Amino acid sequence: MGIVSPGFTGRRRSGPELPPGQYLTEDFPVLSAGPTPQIRPEHWEFTVTTETGEVHRWDWQAFTGLPQEQTVQDLHCVTRWSKLGTSWQGVSLDVLLEDVESAADYALVQCYGGYTTNLPVEDLLDGQAWIAHKFDGEDLAPEHGGPARLLVPHLYLWKSAKWVRGIVLSDTDEPGFWETVGYHEYGDPWREQRYAGD
Amino acid sequence: MAGTALRGRLTWRVATVSAVREETQTARTLVLDVPDWPGHLAGQHVDVRLTAPDGYRAMRSYSIASAWPSSPAGGAKVDLTVEQVPDGEVSPYLGQVIGVGDPLEIRGPVGGWFVWRPEQPGPIQLIGGGSGMVPLMAILRAAELAGRQPDVRLLYSVRRPESVLYAGELARSKSEIAFAYTREGPAGERIGRIDAEVLARSAWSPDVGATVYVCGPTPFVETVADLLVAAGHDPAQVRTERFGPSGGGR
Ligand SMILES: Cc1cc2nc3c(=O)[nH]c(=O)nc-3n(C[C@H](O)[C@H](O)[C@H](O)COP(=O)(O)OP(=O)(O)OC[C@H]3O[C@@H](n4cnc5c(N)ncnc54)[C@H](O)[C@@H]3O)c2cc1C
Repeated sequence: MGIVSPGFTGRRRSGPELPPGQYLTEDFPVLSAGPTPQIRPEHWEFTVTTETGEVHRWDWQAFTGLPQEQTVQDLHCVTRWSKLGTSWQGVSLDVLLEDVESAADYALVQCYGGYTTNLPVEDLLDGQAWIAHKFDGEDLAPEHGGPARLLVPHLYLWKSAKWVRGIVLSDTDEPGFWETVGYHEYGDPWREQRYAGD
Repeated sequence: MAGTALRGRLTWRVATVSAVREETQTARTLVLDVPDWPGHLAGQHVDVRLTAPDGYRAMRSYSIASAWPSSPAGGAKVDLTVEQVPDGEVSPYLGQVIGVGDPLEIRGPVGGWFVWRPEQPGPIQLIGGGSGMVPLMAILRAAELAGRQPDVRLLYSVRRPESVLYAGELARSKSEIAFAYTREGPAGERIGRIDAEVLARSAWSPDVGATVYVCGPTPFVETVADLLVAAGHDPAQVRTERFGPSGGGR
C-alpha cells in the first residue's frame, strides 16, 4: 500500500507504453560493473557448450557469415530508463542453437571481462534473442558491448550481456553476476522483477 | 547481518527524516530513521519511492552515505545525499520539499558488487565525480571506522570548491585526499579533468594492487576506468558505478 508523500505531485514522464517504474530516455546510457573490455573482432569467438560438454564454436568470420536479422526493440534497464525503438542487426539464437543437441533448461551467458548472467533456454528461442553486432547500422561500440552482445529485450537489460563470449547450457540453474548479489533471477520488466524475491 | 540483507524479499519501509544537512547550494543530506534497518555494506544503495495523492508513483536509486554501523555506538541512521537535478522529478522533492518529520518510503539495501567490506584486505582507491562521491563517502567512513586510514586514497573531481560534498569532514580526514577542480579552484591549483598525469600523481600506483571504486556520471566513469586500465590497473580490481539516467550534464 504505502504512504502518500507530503507535497509530491510528480512530473509524470512515464508513458503508458512503458513497464511500471520506468521512464523514457532518448540517449543511450552505459552501465557496467567495470571498465569496458576492448576486444578486436579477429580475436573474438563465440561458443555454445552443451550439458554433455560438446562445444560449438564460431569465429568472427563464421559468425558474420550466418543469416542476419534486423530487429527494432524497446530496451528496459533495471536502473529505470527505457529506450524505445532501437535498431539492431545480429544473428538469432534460433540460428546459433539450431544444430546444438541439448535438452538443457538453463543457460549461463559468459563474457569477455568475466561478466555472467543466467536465463532459461526457452527465453533464448523463438525469435526472442540475438547476438547483435550492429546498432543503428553501425558496428556496435565497445561501451555498448561491441564487437557483439546478447540482446534479450523482453528481460531487463542486465540479461543482454555485453562482450558476449559464449553460452553454457545446463540442467541446473546457476546465478550470474548480478543475480548473485541480490538482483532477480529472471528479470521481467513488466512484472518489475528487479531484486531477489520481487 | 549485512550479508543476509542481500537475500530474501526486499520490503518497502517507511523511514522518517530525522535531520537535514545542507552540503552545498544544490545538495543536501537527509538523515533517515529506519525501523528495523537490517544494516548495509558501504557502497550499497536504496530505492526511494514517492507517491502522489492520486496514487502516481516515481522511484529512483540513492546511494547510502553513512557507514554501518553509522556511529561507533551503532544506531540505524541511513544518510542519503541528493544532488538536485534541474527539471528533475525526484531530486528537487528530496532537495527542497521534504523536511524533518516527514515520511519517506525506501527499500534496500541493494547491490553487492560496488561495496567495501571491513574484512577485505589491501589498499582502497576511491575516485568520484560530482554526486558519485556519495557511496565513496560511505566507504571512506567505514574504512576509517575500521582504522584503515593508511590504506585509503580519495581522488574527487568537482567543478569548484563550493561543490565539494562533506567538505568539513573531508578536511578533517586522516586519509589521503586529492581534488581535481574542473572549472574553478583555489589559487595556484591546476584546473582540469582527471587525466593520466593526475592519476599518476594522486592515486595508488597499479603495482600496489588497490581495489579501485569509480563512481559518477557515465562519461566520467568511462574516462577514468579507461585511464586506470591504460595505466596498468587490473580490470578485475576496478569497480564502477554509473549514476543514470542521462549520465551527462553533471
Ligand atoms: C545506483 C544509483 C545510485 C545513485 N545515487 C545517487 C546519490 O547518492 N545521489 C544523487 O543525487 N543521485 C544518485 N543517483 C541518481 C538518481 O537516482 C537520480 O537519477 C537523480 O536524482 C535524478 O532524478 P530526478 O528524478 O531528479 O531527475 P529525472 O526526472 O530523472 O531527470 C533527470 C534528467 O533527465 C531529464 N529527463 C528525464 N526524463 C525525461 C524525459 N522523458 N524527456 C526529457 N528529459 C527527461 C531531465 O530533464 C533531467 O535533466 C543514483 C543513481 C543510481 C542508478
